Amino acid sequence: MTLLGTKIRVARTVGRAVRATGRGGGTSLPGRVLLRLAPQAISELSARLAHGSAVISATNGKTTTAGITATVLRLAGHELVHNRAGANMEGGVASTLLSAARAGGGIAGDMGLFEVDEFWLGPVTQQVAPKAMLLGNLFRDQLDRYGELETIASRWADVVAGLPGTTALVLNADDPLIADLGRTHQDVTYFGVDDNELALPEMQHASDSKHCRRCGAPYVYDVIYLGHLGHYHCAQCGRERPQPSVRAEHITLHGTSAATFMLVTPSGRRSVLLRLPGLYNVYNALAATALCLALEVPLDVIVAGLEAAQAAFGRAETVQVADTSLQLLLIKNPAGANEVMRTLTLEADELELLTILNDNVADGRDVSWVWDADFELLAPHVRHITCSGTRAAELAVRFKYAGVPESALTVVPDLAQALDLALARAGQGRLFALPTYTALLALRAELSARGHVPSYWETAA
Amino acid sequence: MSDAGPLRVCALYPDLMNIYADRGNLLMLQRRCEWRGIGFELNGVGIGEELDADAADLYYMGGGQDRDQELCASDLVEHKRSALAAAAQRGAVIFGVCGGYQLLGHAYQVGDAELPGVGLLDVRTVRSDGPRLIGNVAITVDLPGASDQVLAGFENHAGRTHIGPGAAPLGRVLRGHGNNGADQREGAFSGSVLGTYLHGPLLPKNAWFADWLISTALGGIALPPLEDALEDQAHADARRAAGV
Repeated sequence: MTLLGTKIRVARTVGRAVRATGRGGGTSLPGRVLLRLAPQAISELSARLAHGSAVISATNGKTTTAGITATVLRLAGHELVHNRAGANMEGGVASTLLSAARAGGGIAGDMGLFEVDEFWLGPVTQQVAPKAMLLGNLFRDQLDRYGELETIASRWADVVAGLPGTTALVLNADDPLIADLGRTHQDVTYFGVDDNELALPEMQHASDSKHCRRCGAPYVYDVIYLGHLGHYHCAQCGRERPQPSVRAEHITLHGTSAATFMLVTPSGRRSVLLRLPGLYNVYNALAATALCLALEVPLDVIVAGLEAAQAAFGRAETVQVADTSLQLLLIKNPAGANEVMRTLTLEADELELLTILNDNVADGRDVSWVWDADFELLAPHVRHITCSGTRAAELAVRFKYAGVPESALTVVPDLAQALDLALARAGQGRLFALPTYTALLALRAELSARGHVPSYWETAA
Repeated sequence: MSDAGPLRVCALYPDLMNIYADRGNLLMLQRRCEWRGIGFELNGVGIGEELDADAADLYYMGGGQDRDQELCASDLVEHKRSALAAAAQRGAVIFGVCGGYQLLGHAYQVGDAELPGVGLLDVRTVRSDGPRLIGNVAITVDLPGASDQVLAGFENHAGRTHIGPGAAPLGRVLRGHGNNGADQREGAFSGSVLGTYLHGPLLPKNAWFADWLISTALGGIALPPLEDALEDQAHADARRAAGV
């Protein structure tokens, strides 16, 4: 028994004890215990992975992009060590490695795939020493926890500067804050969207990074697709969107169920049917494609993986609850919420909604962001909204001022009661639930208690 | 249609000073005027543009990222200071939130550098090396026509602001940090110029204050009440979040 082996046994025992109390999955606690006992554990355990690791970060789409990537890499024959439960801080990554560790210096897997919280990218990257790193986007999010966007961008620039030149860096060309990170790196793959049909008429309210990272002049946008993502250049210093080698063209969005597009890569062109809705998921698919190409997966395997990929936990996932088809669409910041709403407006029917706004630490204590999201988009499509969560009333006020009549709004702070009401109203139709992060966990727990879905740590196992 | 108004609002740097969803405040003002049949006009002024001292009844400035706030500070002093002072002189409401509040004071000291302010409020702000003051906050406010009212919201600021003899605090801290985390004072006002650290969309949580601003900006007119059940509940939730 190695010294690390003993510490691993202790940390596992703690994890089991927590799980036995039934107070949740205990997804990050065993890892945190392990790191207390063995601060180098992430580095030592990830070094056991024969094909190295890939790290993914972004404000939006981390879990879905990692899920698509995992589907592809498994098809390519890899056995993954992957933090699927969204336990994406240091402790969660350590927990994932902990459960894969085997006696005698082994590990159950040949490749690591880790989605990492924006804030933890530096420390985790340093320990994992990834073979490839994907950075997807940066949007305004939980300012009380993450601070300003520019601060995170600068922090990420330091992370990239610390990478060996041989680390494959995969970046979103359409996000100026992200694209700028590749300026001096040796091995960079850019991805982006090329389809003017999907351009927005104007910039959304919550858009950020409208000014050049180099010289401070406002960017000129020829096309805007989503938030501040698009085709841009700086009229003052000449900085412009890098030409992406992995692109989506001819995109068609099929409501809340799917998207089709032409995938263009250096290895060829393929038409793709993605069973995930919305332009934001096309971005996630492009990101996964570029990452897998950087990991030398053949294009046909990638396309097979894209087409087989399913919605991640609570991200456009559909659950059948008696007669009602319930779709769970996590919302956690303005840019992500806007894309969810834009996708919902593609549905022909009037919408029956259950929206849940919590202000717990993992949601951000500050609920100001709901006033940045363009709920006005949804207003003309609403039949009825049940507002729930710790800040249910503020969400109802937001909808009222967005133009939803008060007669179409019901405030039910208690989640179980709100779910009952919303299901009863939806009947044999569809119900769309828009929860914040802890609300998603609570909703999932409620559905699990009623026998409709397995608990989240089981799906994550 | 009401005889009052229209309420003419001018948003200062709406593209830059909007980090905490400041547009929620403007939307509150707009709808609450419209629902009463009071006209509402909104204009924005940006970097390099001159400000018209007679064109608005209420001037609003929100918070911004550090770099954006720096850009606005020098522009404000260069292009807008005298017009803002003239507007305040004739009784227009000047309302600054978070970064906007800091810029209404004399200066904002960041390390060795000093961002100039317009000096309409007798306050000075110094960036602290200590922790940011973040969290739910509630204050009790004494304003003309609104005594002992509670404002509840969220604050998130590195600056510590101190009030001089020429201004009064907007309110007394019930829970939270306030201007500097030490003297239990929050915000400042002087005549029709007001500033607060209750950032971003504070009006949706405090409908009474939205109405106070509308009424004051329109010369103290009485406003008919609105159906505010949801707004009252949101206010109660914000107070509860702050522990009041």
